[in-house]
Amino acid sequence: MNIRNLFSTIIWGMLLLVIQIFFLKNLALFGVALCFIYLLLILHLPVNISTISLLVISFLVGLTVDMFYDTGGIHAVGTTFIGFFRPIWLRIISPTGGYDEGTSPTLQEMGTGWYLTYIVPMTFLFSLLFFTVDQWGTMGVFNILNKSFFSSILTVLLAILVQALFYKRRRSIL
Amino acid sequence: MLRIFEFLYKLRAFLLFVLLEIIAIWMVVRNNSPQGAAFFNSSMAISGSLLKTQSDITGFFSLSEENDELSAQNARLLKELIGQNSMDSVSYAPLDSSFKASFEIIGGKIVGQTLRLAQNHITINRGADDGVTEGMGIFTQNGAVGRVKEVSKNFSVGISLLNTGLLVSSKIKSSDVFGSINWDGKDTQVAKMLYVPRHVTPSPGDTVITSGYNAVFPEGILIGTIKSVNPSENQNYLDISVQLSADFSKLNYVYLVRNTSIEERDSLYQQAEISDEY
Repeated sequence: MNIRNLFSTIIWGMLLLVIQIFFLKNLALFGVALCFIYLLLILHLPVNISTISLLVISFLVGLTVDMFYDTGGIHAVGTTFIGFFRPIWLRIISPTGGYDEGTSPTLQEMGTGWYLTYIVPMTFLFSLLFFTVDQWGTMGVFNILNKSFFSSILTVLLAILVQALFYKRRRSIL
Repeated sequence: MLRIFEFLYKLRAFLLFVLLEIIAIWMVVRNNSPQGAAFFNSSMAISGSLLKTQSDITGFFSLSEENDELSAQNARLLKELIGQNSMDSVSYAPLDSSFKASFEIIGGKIVGQTLRLAQNHITINRGADDGVTEGMGIFTQNGAVGRVKEVSKNFSVGISLLNTGLLVSSKIKSSDVFGSINWDGKDTQVAKMLYVPRHVTPSPGDTVITSGYNAVFPEGILIGTIKSVNPSENQNYLDISVQLSADFSKLNYVYLVRNTSIEERDSLYQQAEISDEY
């Protein structure tokens, strides 16, 4: 990752956090679907990033969001898990021939089909963990599953929309 | 020995993961326990001032609505004042000191709030410098809102009434029956009233107010109206839904209230070994 990529990653990350904290905090479609768009910050880091730095970044991102949500550490629990599970899942769904050096697992680079198999389980796992910790002992399993399901759908939809609108097509240069 | 270290080194990512998860879960547990303090919350200087800027901008758009509510409240207070003056000339009995509970009230503005979780919190732009202390009640002219949990220099964080962990001692105004208001985490407009015995017959539409039994709120602050009454799974109590009168999605200006006799009461409870609900 060169210095220019680093800067654009940091600015993109800050932008995602601002959107999450100031615009999406109290948004809930039909009272069940929350949106965790800031997860893209973790999910779109380059494939060959080391697990240790990925874990630390995930934990810090989660804590930042927690600070504004007053949730103590619920986001951090979820993001750290995502950070740990990401390399495992990437290895499982690795395309034939492996990943190119320094690719980010984004919609434009990997194609829609692969991207969905990548992002849907990740966001669902995060939502599941998030709502389980949030509603610990206060609500039934159905409620948690319901909220996780619709939240992950909303997050994935918004993630695809954001990338369709703002990401440059790197493939077109070839 | 070297092998053990090699083994641990291979597992370093997993060990770091476990460590971070334990830290995060420990912070969640501390945040949710009544005595615990969160390490990172929105009353911190950076997050507090960022949230304040946001609310300054968004608050601008609801100014006329706020003005209407304030003038309505002014009118009501004026009416009460006139009533008090005329009472003076007819008869006046000084209250016994045992009835006296003095309350301090501070005005504040909500700068941040969560609504969609099971444990919701609110951030207010008043802190220790303005005289806010832990345990103060938060309310608006429409109804009770929550209780202050943590205070920093310029900001404070409160547990919202929309938090499954908060119980507010309350009563039905018409029949003086006591109960506890607790949110069940489902609808942001509806809370449950717990511990109302079966022999009572409350009807939908009855007003629910704070009881004044807890030292957080003065007696008589509106909470809501009864929406429905059903027999519950528990044989002893009714299942009562209360329509909350405060609209949590539109909160802007609030009042913070402290009972100045709370220390005396608390120490009495401690002597008698009673744990108080809030």
